[in-house]
Amino acid sequence: MTSLDSSKEIKKNDSNLSENHEDFRMFGLITFLIADGMTFAGFFAAYLTYKAVNPLPDGAIYELELPIPTLNTILLLVSSATFHKAGKALLKNKNSDAQKWLIGTALLGITFLICQLFEYFNLPFGLTDNLFASTFYALTGFHGLHVTLGTLMILIISWQTRSNGGRITNKNMFPLEAVELYWHFVDGIWVILFIILYLL
Amino acid sequence: MTISIDNQNSNNNSLQPKGWLRYLSFSLDHKVIGIQYLVCGFLFYLIGGTLASAIRIELASPMSDFMPRDVYNQVLTLHGTIMIFLWIVPVVNGAFGNYLIPFYVGARDMAFPRLNAVAFWLIPPSGLMLVASYFVEGAAQAGWTAYPPLSITTPQSGQIIWIMSVLLLGGSSIFGGINFIATIIKLRRPGLKLMQLPMYCWAMLGTSLLVVLSTPVLAGTLILLSFDIVAHTGFFNPVLGGNVVVYQHLFWFYSHPAVYIMVLPAFGLVSEILPVHSRKPLFGYTTMVFSIMGIVVLGLVVWAHHMFTSGTPPWMRLFFTIATAFIAVPTGIKFFNWVATLWGGKISLNSAMLFSCGFIINFVFGGITGVALAQVPFDIHVHDTYFVVAHFHYIVYGGTVFIIFSSIYHWFPKVTGKLMSEKLGIIHFAITFIGFNLCFAPQHWLGLNGMPRRVAEYDPQFQFVNQISSFGALLMAVSTIPFLINIFLSIKNGKDSGDNPWNALTPEWLTSSPPPVENWEGEAPLVKEPYGYGKSISIEN
Amino acid sequence: MLNKNFYLILIISAVFGISFWIGFNVNLLPSEASINAPIYDELFRILFIIGLIIFIGMTIAVIYSLFKFRKRKDEFGDGIALEGNLSLEIVWTIIPSIIVLIIGLYSYNIYDRMGGMKELNHSHEMMASNTEKIWAGISPASNNEVGSNNLSVEVSAMQFAFLFNYPKGEFISGELHVPVDHKVSMKMESKDVIHAFWVPEFRIKQDIIPGQPTVLNFTPTKVGKYPIICAELCGPYHGGMRASIIVEEESDYNDWFNKNTKTEVSL
Ligand code: HEA
Ligand code: HEA
Ligand code: CUA
Ligand SMILES: [Cu+2]
Repeated sequence: MTSLDSSKEIKKNDSNLSENHEDFRMFGLITFLIADGMTFAGFFAAYLTYKAVNPLPDGAIYELELPIPTLNTILLLVSSATFHKAGKALLKNKNSDAQKWLIGTALLGITFLICQLFEYFNLPFGLTDNLFASTFYALTGFHGLHVTLGTLMILIISWQTRSNGGRITNKNMFPLEAVELYWHFVDGIWVILFIILYLL
Repeated sequence: MTISIDNQNSNNNSLQPKGWLRYLSFSLDHKVIGIQYLVCGFLFYLIGGTLASAIRIELASPMSDFMPRDVYNQVLTLHGTIMIFLWIVPVVNGAFGNYLIPFYVGARDMAFPRLNAVAFWLIPPSGLMLVASYFVEGAAQAGWTAYPPLSITTPQSGQIIWIMSVLLLGGSSIFGGINFIATIIKLRRPGLKLMQLPMYCWAMLGTSLLVVLSTPVLAGTLILLSFDIVAHTGFFNPVLGGNVVVYQHLFWFYSHPAVYIMVLPAFGLVSEILPVHSRKPLFGYTTMVFSIMGIVVLGLVVWAHHMFTSGTPPWMRLFFTIATAFIAVPTGIKFFNWVATLWGGKISLNSAMLFSCGFIINFVFGGITGVALAQVPFDIHVHDTYFVVAHFHYIVYGGTVFIIFSSIYHWFPKVTGKLMSEKLGIIHFAITFIGFNLCFAPQHWLGLNGMPRRVAEYDPQFQFVNQISSFGALLMAVSTIPFLINIFLSIKNGKDSGDNPWNALTPEWLTSSPPPVENWEGEAPLVKEPYGYGKSISIEN
Repeated sequence: MLNKNFYLILIISAVFGISFWIGFNVNLLPSEASINAPIYDELFRILFIIGLIIFIGMTIAVIYSLFKFRKRKDEFGDGIALEGNLSLEIVWTIIPSIIVLIIGLYSYNIYDRMGGMKELNHSHEMMASNTEKIWAGISPASNNEVGSNNLSVEVSAMQFAFLFNYPKGEFISGELHVPVDHKVSMKMESKDVIHAFWVPEFRIKQDIIPGQPTVLNFTPTKVGKYPIICAELCGPYHGGMRASIIVEEESDYNDWFNKNTKTEVSL
């Protein structure tokens, strides 16, 4: 939503030469991501407190396998790199290359989601089985929601990056940069999540 | 982008409603949005105040006779929620912030006008939803703190509606916060330095930092709580192995900073009002800025003082005692500076000043009881009693609400170009001040002597004191009448105020009153000394 | 100039005098019936006096400046262009810091004397199993030798009543009877939502949290009947969730105890 709001002031400033502000949409997005990060921080804090004070009751199952999440970590890290490539390509005015990189990124995101679902269906515990199971699903689910949104946005901007008639060009990089930042953020959260949920 | 094209037109679009109708439209003008926040908040204040009156009527007698006990719990829950999330927070942040900040930074609008309008329009539906839940299946009745397991086990539809509505209001507040930070940091007129901004900008910057850092945690917490209710997870349900104290930690991680979200903007507003009417510069600008930031930092690390009886380990209690009490230091700096601002001035004791000085006196009282509450051994006796109720009404009503009234008297000429009646204003102040103190001062005694809060019935020995308190509440309700009359009379046939009736130096007064849509005819003035009273100042362009 | 200082000193001593007078002569608290209570009241008095000094001082300063520096009818123009004063700022940063620090350390000392700083988790006799975490309430530090004198009671709280289980006599009572001057040690558990155990005359309060057994110790010092109040919102009848604590001479207590042990149940 940040990308929608900013333009009014800029237009106004055009008519008022002394007021040339730098682009502050990115700044707004960063603030938003800090806020979003705090939501995750709250979840993490809850999970860690549970771990410290609420031992798992006898007979409760909370076992996590590493292969799929490790694969998922790699998928997301690679997707961050491919997204970066897309930006580079757009900068060089190679729209179709950029578009390809973007679609690649989106595919990686979709694979991530499929793996995640696969993991969900193969876990030995369900949402309401015990405290840790619930927290696990809440955290990964909330993150998965972010990945889903991100993938959708990547698909939209990859459409807008098309060579003829696309709105995103190297003169108007902002939508791509914004989604890229968001995507890196979601990756970063995943890495923390991976360490806290799976490795600790 | 196509969007930017229709944005460009939005300001002088002939399709936009004119006159008062524009206050009912999805306007992008920060001044319109500010007034929308204010009026909407005030309507909810009337609802919340009506509920408060119902509470005080019930408590005029020891028996639970005016309403059933569960209805009483619904009423006090709605009262707390409405007053905090729909009156104080939207008004001191949204209303005054939107109206004033663009003037103060020398901009024509907020950084993200569309986001701004969205943030406002989230409020009326979620507020109405909350009020409506009372008529459907019974509203939430677990208090505004919604502690589980009570909130999980009481009638659930009302609690779910409560959660939804608070989530939306939290979202609105986050969008607002992002907007204020971007506007203050990024949208300043060229040449205007941070340390030249009026104090309210600093207050809003601090507040918005708190909003951005703490409100999302509340959102996360409420999401978990709603899972417990809807999906029968066990985060906070001890039967399923959950931990109720974790909820309290997460909740207060937001809700303690929230009290500074309710009061820091008021600190900012009073810093604007006092210098104008005492014709003196704001005393100690730099220390004021640092003390705001000090309150922000300290405010984030003191939340567990609401949980001294919840079985927190001793070292934690000790830490939170000291950290909490230390907030008195930056807050005290602000109060001493305000008194120093009055000292040696040429004070006009009008309604705005009366309410501001009433604020100082009431807040110091509430702050001192707050410092007492911060001491673990003291708090253990009075926690969850009327002593706490008295503490926070001294601050939220005696502090913030007084400043809201003060600000309305101060900026009314700006918004309408008319003066308000001083006579009615002074009557309003007198009844409010007396009623307020009659209502809440006796409650300290009630709490110390054994009356818990959130009860519809109490020991007969407390009846007399409760009746004094109820009488005070009646006076407060009555005091709204001269205020409303004043507003309507002044809008209709108030005296013309001219552009700058107070001869103020802050930027919003350097344009016509009411201001043009574009805020300034030409370029925004560069106000380097918003508090330069007593000097000869030239304002460059 | 000397005159001015004289008035200043006069006013300050008046503020102090009035505050001390009120602090020592106005009693806002209920009677003292446990060894916690006098300790609490000592803290209360100090906080009350300091609070009064600050509040009265600030109020006088505000009202004085409103009168003294009021703009007269024929006056125009501005006040003095005084923008700050560093030494003043330092003074009113340091003085409150010191006050707050002293209050903090003092209340730490008070809390320690009440016994609140002692970890109850390890040594408590009623600790049932290792997995069960027991949360500590207050336990007066004096009188803390684990003698056979100690009375142990198990408290269960539920919507909307307290039940007191006397483990040594194996009976349940709806009233809490305790002998005067004996340390009482309670293990509290909640059956449903959060409740709180509050006896205003004892100045103690502790939440009873479901899923977390909680310990609360106290020593009553005055014979009488006092209310036990639930202080945490726990549902519609929260206001009616009351019980009584009856502090009696040891012989009376023993009579009551023996009578109940014979009849098994008294509610
Ligand atoms: C705007 C709202 C607001 C503000 C600003 C404050 C400010 C403070 N509050 Fe308050 N508080 C609430 C709203 C607020 N509070 C609410 C709503 C609750 C109840 C929530 C619920 O349970 O429902 C609550 C509850 C509450 C508790 C928990 C009580 C309990 O439930 O047991 C505590 C305990 O520490 C506390 C402490 C403080 C302190 C130390 C301050 C300090 O910031 C005050 C600092 C100010 C001063 C001290 C005055 C000025 C200073 C000087 C003149 C300098 C000299 C002074 C000294 C040296 C002492 N508050
Ligand atoms: C944040 C702001 C705020 C404000 C401004 C107020 C304002 C008032 N509050 Fe309260 N209050 C809270 C926040 C606030 N409150 C909170 C957070 C709680 C805790 C809830 C909980 O425990 O969960 C609480 C709880 C609370 C209690 C304790 C209930 C209990 O624990 O059992 C009481 C009791 O006296 C009370 C009283 C009042 C009164 C008399 C006012 C008065 O100042 C109100 C004065 C205003 C009016 C009276 C309005 C005037 C208008 C009319 C009378 C109607 C006219 C109507 C039309 C024209 C349509 N409030
Ligand atoms: Cu039990 Cu209130
Ligand atoms: Cu707090």
